[in-house]
Amino acid sequence: MNDIHDLGGMHGFGPVEREEHEPVFHAPWERTVLAMMRVGQANAFNLDEFRHAIERMDPAAYLASSYYERWLAAIERLYVEKGVVTAEELAVRTRYFQEHPEAQATDLVTPRPVARPSQPGDPRTLFRREGTAPPKFKPGDRVIARNIHPRGHTRLPRYVRGKRGVVERCHGVFVFPDTNAHGLGEQPQPVYSVRFEAVELWGEHADGRGAVNLDLWESYLLPA
Amino acid sequence: MGKNHPNVEPYIVSRVRALESLLMEKGLLGPDTVDRIVSRYENDTGPLIGARAVARAWVDPDYKRLLLTDSQAALAVFGLTNYDVLVVVENTPRVHNLVVCTLCSCYPWPVLGLPPTWYKSPAYRSRAVLEPRALLREFGLEIPPEREVRVWDSSAELRYMVLPMRPPGSEGMTEEELLPHITRDALVGVAEVRLPSSIAAGRPA
Repeated sequence: MNDIHDLGGMHGFGPVEREEHEPVFHAPWERTVLAMMRVGQANAFNLDEFRHAIERMDPAAYLASSYYERWLAAIERLYVEKGVVTAEELAVRTRYFQEHPEAQATDLVTPRPVARPSQPGDPRTLFRREGTAPPKFKPGDRVIARNIHPRGHTRLPRYVRGKRGVVERCHGVFVFPDTNAHGLGEQPQPVYSVRFEAVELWGEHADGRGAVNLDLWESYLLPA
Repeated sequence: MGKNHPNVEPYIVSRVRALESLLMEKGLLGPDTVDRIVSRYENDTGPLIGARAVARAWVDPDYKRLLLTDSQAALAVFGLTNYDVLVVVENTPRVHNLVVCTLCSCYPWPVLGLPPTWYKSPAYRSRAVLEPRALLREFGLEIPPEREVRVWDSSAELRYMVLPMRPPGSEGMTEEELLPHITRDALVGVAEVRLPSSIAAGRPA
């Protein structure tokens, strides 16, 4: 999607604001949201669907929301779409807690212990797959990032589309997010680290000697 | 966040409680699920695994080679096993590295903990690739024109950590002495490791 989440190279957001001695969470509800996302990832949706659900937020709402507010919007949507909860019961329940601000989740239901796999065994390693076909590109190959504008989920940022780069290494084979986010299967393919010179990306606005490396799936790339 | 829009918070809290109670009802959330998932990020206040790896790399050339070429094996030394997606990029007098995720906020949680809010902000995500030098200047880091700035946009499932340069004045310091000076910011690439002048001055240059 050509959407607001694809922020690379945009102007107008001002200086980076930092918080001294920042706490891990700013409010107790944030930790609950993090846990409910992990539980969803283990039981109801994959990480690509989750990222795409964030991308499907209204662009203005995306920018107005904090990180965990975006997570909440995404998991509400996915738990409903996956049929774990209905939109109606969520709305009714939300209204109840708005009318009873002192009530806790456990006032309405006594949670039962759940089996251990309430979070993915190892979310970090879930996306590597065994290679199927040999990689099409090798280090040193010149490539062009395709100029494509899919309406669905993609991990090819706009700022690199149509730009020329050089393959630096092949990272192995990974699940393809563009299909995995849409129930179209994992369709694993090689991922490459591709170096794009700053002048290639930004022309005369490049702020000096440098480059950006992106990790790109094979089908994002054409030989140059 | 309450600070930005104070009237939103109660509504958010109701939505979170609603989903939480429904997931409990459906048997997906147990009495201790939230604490079990989240506690390790809240309670793990010791030095980051990433910092431990850097301190070791500074004193042990073989370990440094391992960290740069087989990070999974290098991290296993500090008890982090099966983490097979970390790429460690080395700062040198010729190259400064900076890590970002422009599309969301990908970050190497197991080695650096949860990301700070600034890392997830539109300002950082938009500018790190376009004007890294201007950005770094705001963080107090002036990169000379002849030194290349390499930005790593975490656009896939690989995760990045910077191996900073060992600070001047640290010659002869042990791994344990170096460790407290290795900050998260240096491992993301928005800072360099610097010794307080009291320490650096007390040592032969």
